[in-house]
Amino acid sequence: MLRRTLLPLAAASLLLPACNKSGGDGIIIGEFASLTGKEATFGTSSHEGTLLAVETLNAAGGVLGKKIDLLTEDNQSKAGETSNVVNKLISKDGAVAILGEVASSRSLEAAPICQQNGIPMVSPASTNPKVTETGDCIFRVCFIDPFQGTVMANFVTNTLKAKKVAVFTDVKSDYSKGLAKFFKEGFIKAGGQVVAELDFNGGDKDFKAQLTAIKSAAPDAVFVPGYYTDVALIAIQAKQLGLSVPLCGGDGWESQTLLDIGKDAVEGHYFSTHYASDSSAPGVQAFVAAYKKRFNGKMPDAMAALGYDSAMFLADAIKRAGSTDSKAIRDALAATKDYEAVTGKIAINAQRDAVKSAVILQVKDGKFKYLETVAP
Amino acid sequence: MDWLLQQLINGLALGSIYALIALGYTMVYGVLRFINFAHADVLMLGAYAAYFVAPAVSSVVPLPSLTGAILVSLISVIICAGIGILIEFLAYRPLRKRPRLTVLITAIGVSLFIEFTCQHSAVFGADTKPFPKLLPEHDFHLGKLVVSSNDLVVVVTTLLLLAGLWFIVQRTKMGTAMRAVSHNQQAAALMGININRIISFTFGLGSALAAIAGILYAMKAPGIDPLMGVQPGLRAFIAAVLGGIGNLPGAALGGLILGLLETFAGGISGLSNYRDGIAFGILILILLFKPAGLLGKATVEKV
Repeated sequence: MLRRTLLPLAAASLLLPACNKSGGDGIIIGEFASLTGKEATFGTSSHEGTLLAVETLNAAGGVLGKKIDLLTEDNQSKAGETSNVVNKLISKDGAVAILGEVASSRSLEAAPICQQNGIPMVSPASTNPKVTETGDCIFRVCFIDPFQGTVMANFVTNTLKAKKVAVFTDVKSDYSKGLAKFFKEGFIKAGGQVVAELDFNGGDKDFKAQLTAIKSAAPDAVFVPGYYTDVALIAIQAKQLGLSVPLCGGDGWESQTLLDIGKDAVEGHYFSTHYASDSSAPGVQAFVAAYKKRFNGKMPDAMAALGYDSAMFLADAIKRAGSTDSKAIRDALAATKDYEAVTGKIAINAQRDAVKSAVILQVKDGKFKYLETVAP
Repeated sequence: MDWLLQQLINGLALGSIYALIALGYTMVYGVLRFINFAHADVLMLGAYAAYFVAPAVSSVVPLPSLTGAILVSLISVIICAGIGILIEFLAYRPLRKRPRLTVLITAIGVSLFIEFTCQHSAVFGADTKPFPKLLPEHDFHLGKLVVSSNDLVVVVTTLLLLAGLWFIVQRTKMGTAMRAVSHNQQAAALMGININRIISFTFGLGSALAAIAGILYAMKAPGIDPLMGVQPGLRAFIAAVLGGIGNLPGAALGGLILGLLETFAGGISGLSNYRDGIAFGILILILLFKPAGLLGKATVEKV
């Protein structure tokens, strides 16, 4: 009896790995993304960018004469789920490299796993410095929060002429805490004063308690380094309370959802991000056209551009490595000096971070409008 | 001083929402002696019902307007009352004779089932949807204080529903039957009360309350997602316990206290991180000294 049940199982387990790796002679690349849940629009954008890149590469004959097999897993924007899916991608599916993800908290969960297995990981949009500090296998194609925080601190000081700011941080998010910290340091260095520091929990719906405290501190501007859903609600409630100073934030703002929920309450506020889709650079316009053609006229946001860049950047490294060996890919990634990406020229530094420029956008007439570019 | 008064207004507005949700928890508990954890998810369904009904209604009555808002709420309330009755019929009724713990676990199961089914992209999807404006909004300025019309609507609705509910339970035939069932199901059945009908009615009424709470909550923070009920649901449950579970005015009082505590703790620079910790710490202290809740009566369990 026992033998009868065990035999098919044993046979199946012998077959399984063979099945999974027999997806042809393709290069298996794993991707984890928040396709559902709170940061779903970010995850979906970056996934679509990645998908477009892989399709473009495969249509042109693939890399090293092999097609790329992109395996995508959803972590539902949840803590804990990422380690499950990344473990699966590496040990069961045999991915040679991992792409992902937007949120720093969840990239931080995946990074140690990739590092332990010696699999190179490229994050499209995790800007928290700690992500690449995990080890020498972890890379990113976006700038990091110390840069982004300083850019916004200088913008608030020089362009908005603010002397006093309040900082309103999402304590649940590594991204938000990191960005807030670097903004504060930059702003104080530039001679400004932080008059109020308040916290919220990502997913909260009522922010009036904190906003009332911020209002009574009378700042010239409020820095809110959160994600778009929370920021939209914060903007609405700030407007209701008569807190009419500019709100500023980082790349976590850039989503159509911010405009859909926030409507006129988000009008006039500023944030820093990775690229502007109305930029005239030829690489940008070609990408925007291809993306719109592939995804029914949808405008690519920064996350889509970074998702595209992460896959293209990885493919470029595989080409230069001339092999699909994880170690060789890692060395090629680390040696990147002058890669021309959609979101700007990338050089990988000793910390495996991308050194590149940022742009500042303003919400105007229900659209994101390009304001200025800040070089590193 | 302005700061303090403004926080008082914020706290009352938030507390009224908690109170409204807590009424539903406490009413079902009062009759059936079990916590309907799916209440928070019916709240979410109420908000989604309004989200889908609003475009249809706006082609008849322009939105935002008072008549439009009432019409949208009414349709959502009917939908949710139906869902509530259905949940009871499918999930709880077959377990009526089982130990209460079984029903409680089932309630948690129903709650998770609704949450995660609705997150599927074929149902609502997990992303946040913009909630349409139902009522014209206006912010009233009294000196430096700001009161938004939405907050007034919340407070007034909560008071009206509390009074209405009290009237139904204390002054109508249905309410008398509900109290009889709550007291002793068997004896009530022997007196000719149709137990199934009373319990269905209780669930329908509770879910109708949840639908209204969901719509008001969505009006306050106009971004809705399938997990939007979890956080206020938990708070409201605690508010119901704080006020003395099973006691209607107690639930309202508990909601207000919780809302005020959260607002004052959240409005202090440097402490806002610990807002829930402070609010719930104080609650634990209250319950240490009044274990049956503020307005609850201590009962002796028969062994």
